[in-house]
Amino acid sequence: MTTISQVFTKGIIAENPVFRLLLGLCPVLAVTMTAINGFGMGIAALFVLLCSNIVVSLIRGVVPPRVRIPAFILIIATFVTIVDLVLNAFAPGLHEALGIFIPLIVVNCMIMGRAEAFARKNTLGRSIVDALGMGIGFTLALTVLGIVREVLGMGTAFGVDITGAAFEPMALFASPPGAFIALGILLLVFNLIIKRLGFE
Amino acid sequence: MELNLAAIIFVAILANNILLHQFLGVCPYMGVTKRIETSVGMGMAVIFVMTIAAIITWVIYNFLLVPFDLGYLRTIAFILVISSLVQLVEIVLKKTNPTLFRALGIYLPLMTTNCAILGVAILNVQMDHNIIQTIVYGIAAAIGFTIALVIMAGIRERLDLVNMSSMLQGAGVTLITAGLISMAFMGFSGIMTL
Repeated sequence: MTTISQVFTKGIIAENPVFRLLLGLCPVLAVTMTAINGFGMGIAALFVLLCSNIVVSLIRGVVPPRVRIPAFILIIATFVTIVDLVLNAFAPGLHEALGIFIPLIVVNCMIMGRAEAFARKNTLGRSIVDALGMGIGFTLALTVLGIVREVLGMGTAFGVDITGAAFEPMALFASPPGAFIALGILLLVFNLIIKRLGFE
Repeated sequence: MELNLAAIIFVAILANNILLHQFLGVCPYMGVTKRIETSVGMGMAVIFVMTIAAIITWVIYNFLLVPFDLGYLRTIAFILVISSLVQLVEIVLKKTNPTLFRALGIYLPLMTTNCAILGVAILNVQMDHNIIQTIVYGIAAAIGFTIALVIMAGIRERLDLVNMSSMLQGAGVTLITAGLISMAFMGFSGIMTL
């Protein structure tokens, strides 16, 4: 039995949903043009993951195993709709920037994966910790990629100019090909770090 | 109208490729592109399901959700329709066309969590397409998806033979290759716009 702290930290490093498991890559690549968009997307996914893990954990044993997948989809879709409406009302700028990728949180394999692999077999407390770990790992990955792309592509981080006039921004990293290339290089760096720290 | 449809086809397949430009369906892109045969099978399944899903979600949105002012239920309604549609297609194919079922069978369950299917359904609604534009956009987007998949599989079959750092192997090099392919597809942008 893994301890509660292991449940939390595995989502951030050893089983990071983006860098290690490569789950839910569509929003990772699409919205990380700027760091703030990446962070916003991460928080939106974290909220949905937390709520869906809570509900899935509470109804475990009640829902017959045969219809569990449609039930999970319905639960996730409900919370995604809530996020969609709340963002539209209180953060219209972010809602505009994330666009179609907010409704698409519903098919994010990370959220479905945690419901299926963890929440339906574990207690409420452990499911919450698991969701927090995985969600924070996802948010961190999106924010790091967002910072890298924003600094290289526009010379700013979270909208603040940090490189000054000496640096000529590379427009490539603000465009779609740059998303793939930046994430590929970040995976390499993350793998190196993991190996050095001996998580393997 | 004709030009509009031609523009939709061109833009959906090449200029705004659903995978390389809009990032819908990256999970199967990483998952099933190890060999050309599997990527062709996946592509065919996507063309099949995406076209049907685009039509059905369009009908549901315009004849059920809009008249009753239920637009906010779009996400829930679409994902339910798509996942039951995938089940239905599986059952019907199994009975009526076993050959096609054997070819597409293992890829069909993956369709529910393929964001390209739901993404195209939502894009059709967002862009106010009529039914003909919806069908054309669905097919064209799926063809663009298949092309991207097959190109990547062809490159990855050769990449397997290359000697490279174990740190970059697998996902890392696939993503960088995808970036280069995406760059090539960017050359098509601006030729024709919607």
